[in-house]
Amino acid sequence: MNIKVNRAFGPVVEGEALVSEEGFSPRYDLDRWSGVITKPGHKLEGQSIVDKICFFPTAKGGIAAGWAFYDIKWKKIAPKAFIFGVTNPVMVQGAIFAGIPITEGWDRHPREVVRTGARVRVDPARKLIEVL
Amino acid sequence: MELTPEEQAILGGAKGDAVRRALEYQIEVGKFWGAKRFVPVTNVHMMGDIEVMGDAGLEFLRNEAKQAARCSVPTTTNARCIDFAHCERLGQDAGEAAKERELIATLRRMDVVTTDTCINYQTVYQPHLGEHVAWGDTGTVIYANSVFGARSNFEAGPAALAAALTGRTPEYGFHLSENRKGTFAVELEARLDDLADWGAVGKIVGESHQNYYAVPVFHGFRRIPTADELKHLGAALASYGSMGMFHFVGATPEAPSIETAMGGVSAFERLSIGESDIEKTFKGYGLGHGDARLVVFSGPQQSLFEMKRLAELFQGRKVKHGSTCVVTTNSAVLSQSEKLGYRKTLEGAGVTILEGVCFYILQNLSPMREKNRWTNMVSNSAKIVNIIGAHRFKTILRRTTDCVEIACSGVLK
Repeated sequence: MNIKVNRAFGPVVEGEALVSEEGFSPRYDLDRWSGVITKPGHKLEGQSIVDKICFFPTAKGGIAAGWAFYDIKWKKIAPKAFIFGVTNPVMVQGAIFAGIPITEGWDRHPREVVRTGARVRVDPARKLIEVL
Repeated sequence: MELTPEEQAILGGAKGDAVRRALEYQIEVGKFWGAKRFVPVTNVHMMGDIEVMGDAGLEFLRNEAKQAARCSVPTTTNARCIDFAHCERLGQDAGEAAKERELIATLRRMDVVTTDTCINYQTVYQPHLGEHVAWGDTGTVIYANSVFGARSNFEAGPAALAAALTGRTPEYGFHLSENRKGTFAVELEARLDDLADWGAVGKIVGESHQNYYAVPVFHGFRRIPTADELKHLGAALASYGSMGMFHFVGATPEAPSIETAMGGVSAFERLSIGESDIEKTFKGYGLGHGDARLVVFSGPQQSLFEMKRLAELFQGRKVKHGSTCVVTTNSAVLSQSEKLGYRKTLEGAGVTILEGVCFYILQNLSPMREKNRWTNMVSNSAKIVNIIGAHRFKTILRRTTDCVEIACSGVLK
């Protein structure tokens, strides 16, 4: 089962999926020293994004996300890729600056075809996410 | 992307490695969003402090400066994470403070004007209708697009810095007229007497329409809103909804009428916000164990008129023993507040005024929270109530007068 995306950047990556029903900001939601989502009440509270392929329906606020992605990449606690339903320029600018693959838009909701823990491959050049 | 001869020369190294790399990076961003070309920008506002940049960002900046990277257009900085006059008392890390000093010096070497403010639009630079800028801090961007009719996307720190070096930004998003039309309408029936009410409107509208390209059109309000009111509305819309633009019929330049703001489209979503919606928002915050020991006026920094109002409300009163009340503003407003006596009144009441910072990005905030055993944070800013969550605060939005009362009484209702 595949998901087609609208826009994409980065090399091909493969890894474990983390599927969120709630949007994301590395500033509002994430502990930037451990890579764990710590915002009280976030639907992924307590879960780590480290080395995951993260599916988020939306992006939240936050210009500071731009430096934050570079920072977590440097600290080796970055995810392998960000897959957004809708995103904003900051997430894209930040991910490209940090060299983290990022995509926007999906032809079906990830929850229909991929569960947290499943292995997926992100192929930005083909604008495709494959569930392995 | 179509590149001009000048841009091609930059890629060939005509302006040095730093500018070439900056343009290459901007091309990748432009390609992602389908930009066809670059637009020149007249002004850049960037976020750059040690708390958001970390060691990685500082090292990047050192290398940029070493390669003689210089801003090609006027460039200012957003609020930062340390007020050096207070960092020891706040228990901020001396090592990080030293890095922050180095970071500021490095930015200045690159010809960045370190204004350290998130209210540049109230105190530093007001772009005109149609002017292209590259601003960071979402609150500044939504204000530029909406209230001035200038044109900017959210520009993250690295993206704003790239724009500063190249003097241009990829043409997508709010640089294009087609993305600036309203996408839904919001009738304002509520009275909205306090700044927190405007933040509540931003929360209600933003949370339910999280999308950078959603552009609400506000109409039907009983009077003309003030700059501070639009500031709190915009900051909350950007924070809760990731939105970069709104229209306010009769107040913002691209909205002489609801029809014009909507771009001639007649079928669109309509909602209205009444008094009960605002009250419901205030009632929606859990009070936990009722900890009322931290009240914050920040995010965005306070304008001169907000400082004046706070000075009036705190006149003759005292922050309760054991409680902390923090106000943040920029150096320009603080300097005027000093001359006008607001600073003396506020500090006399036991309020801590921090300069050039925003509370939520303060270096060492989580350890500060633990040391003070703060569990709740009370504020009249819907934005800061939203964004401080990762530091594990429970947050509560209250009106300005209520915040002052809570700070002085220590009682949370």
